[in-house]
Amino acid sequence: MALYRAGRGSDRLPARRFLETFTVASPGASALDIRYLDIISSRDTSIHRLDPRAKLLTTLAYIVAVASFDKYTVTGLVPFVIYPVVLIALGDVPVAYLLRKAMLAAPFALFVGIFNPLFDREVLLHVGSVPISGGWASFLSIMLRFTLTVTSALLLVATTGFNGVCVALEKLGAPKAFVVQLLFLYRYLFVLGDEATRLTRARSLRTFDGRGMGIRVFGSLAGQLLLRTLDRARRIYLAMLCRGFDGEVRQAGSLRFSKGDLVYTVWWLGLFILLRVYDITHLAGSVVMGLAG
Amino acid sequence: MSHHIIEVTDLHHTYPDGTVALRGLSFRIVHGEAVALVGANGAGKSTLLLHLNGCLTPMAGTVRIGDFPLTRKTLPHVRRTVGMVFQDPDDQLFMPLVYDDVAFGPRNLGLPVEEVRGRVMSALATVGAAHLRDRPSHRLSAGEKRAVAIATVLAMSPSILVMDEPTASLDPGTRRQLIQLLVGFEHTKIIATHDLDMAFDLCSRVIVLNDGRITADGPTGAILTDEALLRASNLERPFRLQGCPVCSAASATR
Amino acid sequence: MHMADALMSPAVGGTMWAATAGLTVYSARKLKQEIDDRKVPLMGVLGAFVFSAQMINFTIPATGSSGHLGGGMILAILLGPHAAFLAMASILTVQALFFADGGLLALGCNIFNLGFFPCFVAYPLIYKPIAGDRPTEGRILAGALASAVLGLQVGAFGVVLETFFSGLTALPFGTFVLLMQPIHLAIGIVEGVVTALVVILVWKARPEIVEMAGPSRAVAAGSWRGVLAGLLALAVITGGALSWFASAYPDGLEWAMFRTSGKEELEAPGGEVHSVLAQLQQWTAFLPDYGFKAEEVPTASKEGPKRDAAKHSPAERWPAVSAETSVAGVVGSGITLAVAGLIGFGLKGRWRSRR
Repeated sequence: MALYRAGRGSDRLPARRFLETFTVASPGASALDIRYLDIISSRDTSIHRLDPRAKLLTTLAYIVAVASFDKYTVTGLVPFVIYPVVLIALGDVPVAYLLRKAMLAAPFALFVGIFNPLFDREVLLHVGSVPISGGWASFLSIMLRFTLTVTSALLLVATTGFNGVCVALEKLGAPKAFVVQLLFLYRYLFVLGDEATRLTRARSLRTFDGRGMGIRVFGSLAGQLLLRTLDRARRIYLAMLCRGFDGEVRQAGSLRFSKGDLVYTVWWLGLFILLRVYDITHLAGSVVMGLAG
Repeated sequence: MSHHIIEVTDLHHTYPDGTVALRGLSFRIVHGEAVALVGANGAGKSTLLLHLNGCLTPMAGTVRIGDFPLTRKTLPHVRRTVGMVFQDPDDQLFMPLVYDDVAFGPRNLGLPVEEVRGRVMSALATVGAAHLRDRPSHRLSAGEKRAVAIATVLAMSPSILVMDEPTASLDPGTRRQLIQLLVGFEHTKIIATHDLDMAFDLCSRVIVLNDGRITADGPTGAILTDEALLRASNLERPFRLQGCPVCSAASATR
Repeated sequence: MHMADALMSPAVGGTMWAATAGLTVYSARKLKQEIDDRKVPLMGVLGAFVFSAQMINFTIPATGSSGHLGGGMILAILLGPHAAFLAMASILTVQALFFADGGLLALGCNIFNLGFFPCFVAYPLIYKPIAGDRPTEGRILAGALASAVLGLQVGAFGVVLETFFSGLTALPFGTFVLLMQPIHLAIGIVEGVVTALVVILVWKARPEIVEMAGPSRAVAAGSWRGVLAGLLALAVITGGALSWFASAYPDGLEWAMFRTSGKEELEAPGGEVHSVLAQLQQWTAFLPDYGFKAEEVPTASKEGPKRDAAKHSPAERWPAVSAETSVAGVVGSGITLAVAGLIGFGLKGRWRSRR
């Protein structure tokens, strides 16, 4: 006998969510953002079905490969775009959403990178008759690296899910206490995000001067939220005790590394090494130029 | 069987900040009884419930669950016998997946994997949530959360079920389903609630708390019709026992 | 302050990852030894609290710009160093995975900068001695301010070091420092004030909570020796690092000199500065791989050639670069991207039809 109505918490793509990802960071918007990525991560595609360890290891290898290039490399980085492209295609990940999230994370890289053209003005090479300084080359390299690494990181969660990543971490040797912490944090993110939204909304409904929240108000708001959080922690602890908690959080969960997972990992690792060593871009360009000229 | 008897004798409790919550409660509940614990906010219902499985220790007086007085040594056994469902399901669902939450208790009991699995699936089936097995807890609706919360407790096979406001903030349909589910349980049931209509439907006995004391303890029919008693404890009769406003308005105009 | 992978080299990233992993294992082990299993749900929920609180923006008085809570100090005060470190690490991990706020390779650095320094340095060496076991409002404020400011200063300096070591930025060391430190001084003050406000509020309502972090063992409450020890340690580390950088990358120092004195090179004074720095560096050398290279062009380190290459001609800097090959590069890039796009669309189409 069913004891609930069909949940509204599942898949939805309302215009509101789209708009909220653009708004200034607020607890509700960010929680929604995570929720959306969470939903994408539970889709069922060939990529999603792979062992999470395979995906975690490939992503890390990818990032290391991209980061290992020289400061001024631009063309060598371009072929690496194949990895996110394949994952997006096979994993049915919405591209626009992914790029939007990536752009939101750009400030640090941009802020530091933009100094390169200012300080590194020696002309490094010419494209045709246009001189390119070392600074601009390295800036371009930085922005390329940024796009590649950020999209691959987001794709990891999008195709594996947070729980999957945590299980992979544990099987790969991360300390149990840390994994348990990650899982608890994730579980209560949504609950606390909702509480924070309620508090901030209540405050903004009683504010009429259009200014932002001052420090004192924030302090008392955060303090209230913290008190509620401490209460909740106490209740959760009681609930755990009532079900026999003795200090250790036991989890089953066995992972089986199948042949498909092995092929996946070896294929990408091999490709990354190949692309790292050989500049395919230049090769392709030279071939075309040779044919043309 | 003696191990389904709850015996509370002269229970006192005061909170660290000085609030006196319980001022000497005594009662006895036998196997299979369904008891509603009613009273105003702050009367001491939640405090009393927390004593029944050892989450709080009495300042004075005793609590006996079956053959065991509540002491530190008997705590694990008591916790296996008395299953408590809290007011806020979010406090009770703390594992990543529903399966993990329902399996939490059995795993802590040290049961083998197959038995854990059996208990989880049967508990989920009882509350009608078997298909939610692999769902993350944060993606459940309010009713689903409550169902799963009950399942987490059922998986430990308790003989006594203690519940704190189970129908709070449920929509009428879900509420009705919950009541029907609880009616079918054979456990001893102790339910703290404001929902007097549910108490009327579900429970054969009512204990009224007022300001830390028991002001009444008897059959549901007798207590929930006693207007004076109820009003003294800041309560009123169940809605279905109050005059039907539509009919009485119609008869007034006639 | 979250570092991105775009500015990270595998060497630096890997080193910091190793350090962070070690700290994580250590913290987990220490946590197991503490019998207080109340901390298990508390850590998780407090982590979620800090995460959510970070989403609430407030305006900083007198500047009008918006700021948000860091939270490392609050966690340390409520949980103690080991649990707080794990909580902070978990928050940064979620941020890296879901918001790309900080890269995955850089995650080790970020956890170190924003977790190690507040929890294992600022809290025990600065906050605890000041606020101690018998806190008052004033002590909490002083402790929170001092620890937040110093913790963030060191953390920001960590960012500078890690970015610089990675060698992808052309920002000279001096400029980078001058940019980062003052900004984070302001951020630190705000963080300290907000931390104090929140902690005081909670402490008034629940005085017992602040004791959960555990008694101060190594440093007695009110003992200034502890604070001094902490500051001295920070100074030595910072001084050693600075001198080593100045000695390994004399061009950064020269740039600063050029800006201040208008001369490309300082003759005798420069030489003297170099020798003094060389001395300092020898005392405090903690990464023996990087030798002291003053005037000669370093050839061993990866960053070295690139830094010094700024002065050399383009042809020497990047061998075999000519006009033709660079055009080929551009053309090739276009082709590669087109091919990648085609593969993507092809896979998508095939996948869809298979559904």
